[in-house]
Amino acid sequence: MDNTDFFQGYKGRALELLKKYNVRVWGQAEIDTTRGKFKGTVLPRSVNDDDEHIVIKVITGYNIGLDINTIIDMKEVGYKKANYAIPEKEFPYTPGLPKVKLFGTGGTIASRLDYRTGAVIPAFSPGELYGAVPELAQICNLETEKLFAVFSENMGPQQYIALAKAIGREIEKGVDGIVIGHGTDTLHHTSAVLTFMCQNLPVPVVLVGSQRSSDRPSSDAALNLQHAMKTAGHSDIAEVLVCMFGPTSDEYGLLHKGTRVRKMHSSYRSTFRTIGDTPVAMVTTKEITPIKKNYNKRRNDKNVIIKPYFSDKVTMVYYYPGMKPDTIHGLIDAGYKGIVFVGTGLGHVNKEIYPAIRRAHAEGVHMYMTLQTIWGYVQMYVYDTGRDMMAMGIIPAGNMLPEVAYVKLGWALGQTEDPEEVKRIMLTPVNDEITEREPYNGYLVYQGGVPEVEEFIKRVRK
Amino acid sequence: MKNFDPYQNYLATLKKIGYIPRQLAKQEDYDRIGFMSGLEVHQQLLTEKKLFCHCPAGIYQKDEEYDAEVIRHMRPTLSELGEYDGTALMEFKTRKNIVYRINNKTACTYEVDDTPPFLINKDALEKALIITILCKFNVVGEVHITRKQYLDGSIPTGFQRTAILGVEGEIELKNKKVRLIQLSIEEDSCREISDVGHWRVYKTDRLGMPLIETVTYPDMKNPDEVKEACDYIRFLNRSTGLVRTGMGAARQDVNVSCKGGTRVEIKGVSHTKWIPELTHNECFRQWSLLAIRDELRQRVSDWQNWKIEYTYLDYDAFVITHPAIKSAKESGKKLLAVRLPHFKGILSWYNQPGIMFAQEIADRLKVIACLDFPNMVHSELPVQVITDSDMEIIKMIMNCDEEKDALIVFWATEDDVATALETIEERCKMAFEGVPNETRKSFEDGTTMFERVLPGPDRMYPDTDSTPIPLSVEYIENLKKRIPNTVRERVNQMLAWGIPESSHTYILSRNLYPYIEKTINEYGIDPTVAGKFFGQELKKVEGKYQKGQDFTYDRLLDLIAFLKQNNLHCPLGIYMLPELYQHPNLDFESILTILKFKRRSKEELISKIDFLIEKYNSEAKNKTKENSLNWVMGQIRPMAVGNMDLNELKEEIEKRITQ
Repeated sequence: MDNTDFFQGYKGRALELLKKYNVRVWGQAEIDTTRGKFKGTVLPRSVNDDDEHIVIKVITGYNIGLDINTIIDMKEVGYKKANYAIPEKEFPYTPGLPKVKLFGTGGTIASRLDYRTGAVIPAFSPGELYGAVPELAQICNLETEKLFAVFSENMGPQQYIALAKAIGREIEKGVDGIVIGHGTDTLHHTSAVLTFMCQNLPVPVVLVGSQRSSDRPSSDAALNLQHAMKTAGHSDIAEVLVCMFGPTSDEYGLLHKGTRVRKMHSSYRSTFRTIGDTPVAMVTTKEITPIKKNYNKRRNDKNVIIKPYFSDKVTMVYYYPGMKPDTIHGLIDAGYKGIVFVGTGLGHVNKEIYPAIRRAHAEGVHMYMTLQTIWGYVQMYVYDTGRDMMAMGIIPAGNMLPEVAYVKLGWALGQTEDPEEVKRIMLTPVNDEITEREPYNGYLVYQGGVPEVEEFIKRVRK
Repeated sequence: MKNFDPYQNYLATLKKIGYIPRQLAKQEDYDRIGFMSGLEVHQQLLTEKKLFCHCPAGIYQKDEEYDAEVIRHMRPTLSELGEYDGTALMEFKTRKNIVYRINNKTACTYEVDDTPPFLINKDALEKALIITILCKFNVVGEVHITRKQYLDGSIPTGFQRTAILGVEGEIELKNKKVRLIQLSIEEDSCREISDVGHWRVYKTDRLGMPLIETVTYPDMKNPDEVKEACDYIRFLNRSTGLVRTGMGAARQDVNVSCKGGTRVEIKGVSHTKWIPELTHNECFRQWSLLAIRDELRQRVSDWQNWKIEYTYLDYDAFVITHPAIKSAKESGKKLLAVRLPHFKGILSWYNQPGIMFAQEIADRLKVIACLDFPNMVHSELPVQVITDSDMEIIKMIMNCDEEKDALIVFWATEDDVATALETIEERCKMAFEGVPNETRKSFEDGTTMFERVLPGPDRMYPDTDSTPIPLSVEYIENLKKRIPNTVRERVNQMLAWGIPESSHTYILSRNLYPYIEKTINEYGIDPTVAGKFFGQELKKVEGKYQKGQDFTYDRLLDLIAFLKQNNLHCPLGIYMLPELYQHPNLDFESILTILKFKRRSKEELISKIDFLIEKYNSEAKNKTKENSLNWVMGQIRPMAVGNMDLNELKEEIEKRITQ
């Protein structure tokens, strides 16, 4: 926020008008227009909005925009600068409670509101978090560190490596659990890659976000945070986990294995689901109830193994009917060393692109197959198509999720280019990214409208 | 306690503050206490779909008609001052579980806050803008959607999306103009099903329907003016034909304050006829609280440090007869006594008709600490429910000063005790300061009860899920062409037509004006006749008979057209009305058959007169010209209605009688 900029956000004709009448942002203005008189505080203009309007906040707290074409006269009658500093309370230290470290990567897991301006300000330091979610003080002792601040769709290899190294450092210093605040768009990409980069974890590493912005009263943020901290500090599940809502109601959260979780709806609170298996555990503010029996348990040592490698020469290809070989040729020409195919059915693509696949294989491009259907195993022996493709060098990746296969291939190629070694890395599960068996309750997608389903939902889905 | 009579104290304090019943109050009385009132009138717009999603609007469901339930909790957000908004904090203290019952017919994932808003309903926006222009508001250049936080759970997101369309308008009452602060468009909230203990259940059918809110300045200076302003705004809205009608389609919040008092909002008043009594009582309630403040400050010099004292009581030490306390004991609740130093005579101080100050505390125990009624007894009940000996014991335990102190006994689960004690102390400390800023719930008898702490303008901030909507000059000019004439103009026209004022309310509220206008202008019917037909006869029929499913007011115009075409006189329409109202699809000839109507010529009717006069003269006992006229008229009238003008018939009879 540039403090010397008196006309924040205004440009073009709106800016000229403000300058002409000497009215600044944060000034109290009286404005005479062809539609009548208006009075209020001039607010900054959002960068993406046009230059034809001026925004003021009226005394009742509402914002309105005025068409500059209707403005006859303007007068500044007062001025009060915005000041975003917020008094902090200290996060209380309670002996006996576990020590948890929160890494921030961007996104607002908790926020405060500046009602005067309408700005939503992230609350991130322990003091600020304590102000927003005081219940945390009863769960753990908290330290926070902001590693970087990006929207999760802008995360990439650089951020993955920085995160992995930070986790390693923290465990070495000694900590009871780690929580990572993360945007929900690519939460599952990060959780998968961290499972590969941070192995032999002695403590839980929990990724958490919020589906509804944390400034709203109904947000899932506060509950997600409490669940995540509880898990990090108190549970015995020493794995990379994603912690988000179970149902859309405020009932319980779910802990998902980092390699088997996926965001399945653009906006529902209950969007994260474990695919092809059950979640690891349920979590409430009172307790953690394991669902799976086998998982890596908490240890007292600090022997985490950090493998912070990533090659960005990997891409994903989402197959579609009628796809032409030039797409693959283009990727090879651009220098990509790894392609993760997302194929139809059991893992298929069309004959037309075979020549391109052969060329890729001949030029040493590592190719793996995953599924558009998300659930199920790649099974390339059943049809000729599958067998042909394997003969051409595409390796089936079991029931590895497409996004997980992508980050894993990037991680593998960050370590070696030897095809046999890469294959061994890809097909040897680090932690359930490929499972041996799929239980019946790994795929439960029921249709609405069917009577027994509706009856169940009405009765149980609180 | 022996010499102190709580009921007498109630009456004495009522007199002390100068309370008079509304029927006896005059403007000087209201000026004396500084009566000031403003309105916020909410009106649903008539649209097909809701405001920010594509669900159908206007479908209502029964409590048990739901497909799924969702549980949520509401948390306040810290403000820039490092503090929570007062209301938010209060709601948070209640620790309520909020359950939403959703029905797939009327709610989608937007309603439960699992999908961001769709673009605003353009039809709703346009209708709202037309009303904005009608009230002479200054229309904004760009509509900014704002979030207004509500933590009671009535909206699943925890905030309502709302936007101002105009500022600084005005309406004209009989004797003065009332200024309007703003008109905004917003989404309606859920309907409450129940609120017991820590569980509140809502249904989402009404959620998201488009509403406009018209806010006045506190320009009204007596209760009747408030009602008049409210009626006017409601008529105005209805007269556009752009708003929904029927139960619940319009609601108003009334703000009241007295001199030295604070703005108190009485929320959700469903009938305007309740307004005068409510505002009258609320103004005096505040006046009474100010008197309490003065009294308490006299008694206690260091009132900022005033505190309650409390102790747990053992049920077994008492002879308990009160059923509520008995069942509290059975359900394992704790029993506590609270001493209020220097509050003698305050608990039984006049508050509202039939209500004493102690109720203010009981109300908050219900709302904030979630203790369902009955939740407490006290030392100044008009009819005591604790035995004298028990009261003595409690007073001894609490070291109560008979002359100076008051006592409360309440019951609650252990989890709720802390909040309950905090609530009691808070309300008593507020008594030293005057009138708390509150939202109150209204009742039909004209009294109110605490609902929540009044939220500040600080709980609003821009909706980042929406973009601003520009309103170009051309667009507004086009809308101006669609404005119907105002209520005031219509009233003046009706007076000019000779339609009595007593019919105006009915005609305006049913939006019958356009029909009357058409009847007079297009069908050439006499204005008084038209006025009587629509303003009185139709009203009688609507009150007496069951409306047929397809009946609309348009059928009335069809009826008038039919009468005109067939040279039948209007009064016949009045007889046909009941049939038409109940069976709107019947053709008019059939209705005439049912009524056994026969077409007769004027000559035929007149020819009967002489015979009837003779018959009367030979048989009647009390023979006077008057009685003769009435009797003959009574005989011919049923045959004459519709066939000839009845005044003319009367003249003909009169002519022949005098012969």
